[in-house]
Amino acid sequence: MIRKHLYGDYGDREAAGGQETNRNTASEWPLWEVFIRSKAGLDHKHAGSLHAADAQMAIENARDVYTRRMEGVSIWVVESKYIHASDPADAEMLYEPANDKIYRHPTFYNLPEELKHM
Amino acid sequence: MTVQSFQQHFDQKIEHEISIEPRDWMPDEYRKTLIRQISQHAHSEIVGMLPEGNWITRAPSLRRKAVLLAKVQDEGGHGLYLYSAAETLGITRDEMIEQLHSGKAKYSSIFNYPTLTWADMGAIGWLVDGAAIMNQVPLCRTSYGPYARAMVRICKEESFHQRQGYEIMMTLAQGTEVQKKMAQDALNRWWWPSIMMFGPSDADSPHTAQSMKWRIKRFTNDELRQKFIDVTVEQARLIGLTVPDPDLKWNEETGHYDYGKINWDEFWNVVKGNGPCNKQRLDTRRKAWEEGAWVREAALVHSQKRAARKAATKESIAA
Repeated sequence: MIRKHLYGDYGDREAAGGQETNRNTASEWPLWEVFIRSKAGLDHKHAGSLHAADAQMAIENARDVYTRRMEGVSIWVVESKYIHASDPADAEMLYEPANDKIYRHPTFYNLPEELKHM
Repeated sequence: MTVQSFQQHFDQKIEHEISIEPRDWMPDEYRKTLIRQISQHAHSEIVGMLPEGNWITRAPSLRRKAVLLAKVQDEGGHGLYLYSAAETLGITRDEMIEQLHSGKAKYSSIFNYPTLTWADMGAIGWLVDGAAIMNQVPLCRTSYGPYARAMVRICKEESFHQRQGYEIMMTLAQGTEVQKKMAQDALNRWWWPSIMMFGPSDADSPHTAQSMKWRIKRFTNDELRQKFIDVTVEQARLIGLTVPDPDLKWNEETGHYDYGKINWDEFWNVVKGNGPCNKQRLDTRRKAWEEGAWVREAALVHSQKRAARKAATKESIAA
């Protein structure tokens, strides 16, 4: 059985359009998204997801599943249902206006060749 | 947008090598194919822990034991990455596990063969993981984003799996007569099942053409099998073992090894459930699931209790 709008590594259950109720997941542990900081000074980055009964277990499981090879020094977990995502159908409207504003990049400007440091 | 324009948009993305992500529109068949492939891949990782788990307590040294434990733990992790990727397509973990246990979903047939001696740990790492890597490296560029990302992680972790297996085989091959015989015996038993791991030959593989079009697959079964045979034959020679195929011969013209006829009757027979360990493997998985049910329930209840206690403490402080 396949349902079309479901959670995963985005998790917006409101977008699931009420299909949620059809699912036999009563006994499944909730889904969590895992974010890992690979070393101090860097951002936490999405690593993947996992199931856990609560936040503490999610962190413990994330440690075993996603940091077996020194991939991280810090873990964030957030229950997937609390993540809200932009709609791919809006991508054009949201991101394309940036395409014609290349003057926001330093390479847009004509400067003398002799100029060394700027 | 109309269905046609959704389809067009999807086709363009595939053509321009832009990943498909979970909330993007995709054809139902693409979704179904991915669910089938990713979940079977996940099941293979999980069932694949069993033949090796058989030898953890009997590893010949502490070093070998630590390595085998780490490898089996990796496989559990790989199963989880893949289950998560499949879940993004709209199937639940429980549904997938149900499909495995009912026999509706398959897993790699290689894990239905028994692990009779310690040398089998060498042969599995070298051949089975070797074949898996050959298959998985191109999947790092598969068109579905979450699957590709899971594969990148898996491939990175798996390179030690094959090396540790080859090291076991090499050590045995350099050992006493008995040890060498054990290594050769393991190669004899695992060779043919390993090259069958790439699946039926292209002529008999109904899904291949469509999967290639969707860029889920990047090479056909026969292309990958040939690649695997070409590199593995050399590896066997290097440690003085003989590949059990009398028809194996270097072909100057093609630049590849020609190999003997694969026993596809055996392959389909094992797929259908009649391999040496099919029943045992599934029974073990079902037993683990059923006997672990109380742990899953208890963890949920415990987390609720803990949350309630925390709330109560907060309230009493506020009061």
